[in-house]
Amino acid sequence: MVDVAEKIQVKNLTVTYAGIPALRSANFSVYENEILGIIGPANSGKTTCLRTLNRLNDLDPRYRFEGEVLIDGKDIYRRWNVFELRKKVGMVFALPTPLPISIFENLAYGPRRDGVHSRKRLQEIVEQSLKSAFLWDEVKDRLHESAMKLSGGQQQRLCIARTLALEPEVILFDEPCSGLDPISTAKIEDAMRELKRRYTLILVTNNTKQAARVSDRVAFFLMGELVEIDQTQKIFTVPKDGRTEGYISGRYG
Amino acid sequence: MKLGNAQVEQKIVFFFLFLSTLIILIPVILVLIVIISRGSSVLNWAFLTAMPRMGMRSGGIFPTIVGTFYLVAGTLVFALPIGIFSAIYLSEYSKRNLLTRIIELAIVNLAGVPSVVYGLFGLGLFVVFLKFGASILAGSLTLAVMVLPVIITASREALQSVPRSFREVSYSLGATKWQTIRYAVLPHALPGILTGTILSVSRAAGETAPILFTVAAFYLPRLPQSIFDQAMALPYHLYVLSTQVPNVRLELQYGTALVLVGLIVIANLVAVIIRSYFRAKKQW
Repeated sequence: MVDVAEKIQVKNLTVTYAGIPALRSANFSVYENEILGIIGPANSGKTTCLRTLNRLNDLDPRYRFEGEVLIDGKDIYRRWNVFELRKKVGMVFALPTPLPISIFENLAYGPRRDGVHSRKRLQEIVEQSLKSAFLWDEVKDRLHESAMKLSGGQQQRLCIARTLALEPEVILFDEPCSGLDPISTAKIEDAMRELKRRYTLILVTNNTKQAARVSDRVAFFLMGELVEIDQTQKIFTVPKDGRTEGYISGRYG
Repeated sequence: MKLGNAQVEQKIVFFFLFLSTLIILIPVILVLIVIISRGSSVLNWAFLTAMPRMGMRSGGIFPTIVGTFYLVAGTLVFALPIGIFSAIYLSEYSKRNLLTRIIELAIVNLAGVPSVVYGLFGLGLFVVFLKFGASILAGSLTLAVMVLPVIITASREALQSVPRSFREVSYSLGATKWQTIRYAVLPHALPGILTGTILSVSRAAGETAPILFTVAAFYLPRLPQSIFDQAMALPYHLYVLSTQVPNVRLELQYGTALVLVGLIVIANLVAVIIRSYFRAKKQW
């Protein structure tokens, strides 16, 4: 792994909410153009870790943070402008979160706030993003209908497309398939495999099988501790830690 | 068939709940019946559009409708922006600290102040101290102060009912706090804000005490020409007709009441229609 660029470096990351620890000195890196799966039971710190990377945790006044997170070698708290950071580090939430406006306006939301107002440019962005999220063919004739009319799976791909519209470099997925049926899930997973050619993806999932299907590497969190991070194949065949083995074989979780 | 005790009890409870509901309907229906049956005979186009004649014992009530309309418009101009802005501040920006709690307490208490106290306050501040005189300006400001707490409370509730996920999505797309409020929160809170505002202002339109010392004229031979003029207003005119002018036909009093109630009912209907229209469109 010498020739692979480290996109994200997390050093000694400790997070507390109102003094209660959620994550304890985690150290790991995410490489460019890989999918890193993050697995672990509820309250293990997976989502906390994810929301630290785009500083969405800042919205919670009880949130405290120690350690260092570097993206492209730059500290996200000291050398990144938070709004630029969030454009570079997109996020797809657990439940589909379209805004109750048209499909087009959902896609245009980020670029518009970023100062893109040319109708032609917005149309290009919308089309390109929807194509990259494999949604274009299903919605190209009804871009101006409400996004709430789409199915759950379509809404989630819309959210992926909305993130892509800002030309991010990293995309965070917070249990993106938790409310979806198997076929919609498969479509999202296909999209992720395609997206990793151009982006770096982190996938938090409660579904260990999903992590095994799409991740290049997997990190296992337990009660705020990063237990193990390794190649997906190794995690699922020869885990170093007994707790990892216990979790993936379904003994607890 | 034998009924158990629990079933008998529930039948009795249902009966009393139903009875209470009926009882609140009775005065509403009676008020409408009395006003309509006694007032509708004078209600015609001329009554709505003519000036009063013969010491207000005949003729129309046009200037009072115009005056009430000016007052409502003036109230909206002052109360709506201030109400919405302070609701946005309180709901989105303010930190949970002592100052915020004091402001919240003040708003709750302002809502409970009797309207005649607002009238005296308006007289002291706007009419006398700021030298606006008894005028549409002073009356509108007084009514605006009175409805502000209601508008702020309704607007805050509307803002807080916008799901947290909308804000998170907006932030995650790199939007600033103000952009998030402006584009992801406010559009979805606006129907609620509008409904609350219309209801509170229609309430203000029927108030007599706040306008008594600040704007209302007993009788004016012509329509107000500027915001520094006094104006006649429907609720005060009704009071004048009922108690201050001898030998006024009852029909005229009830006709005036009918117009006042009718305008308020129309305003409330608009609010209900806005609310149900957006509730049907709302999908979260």
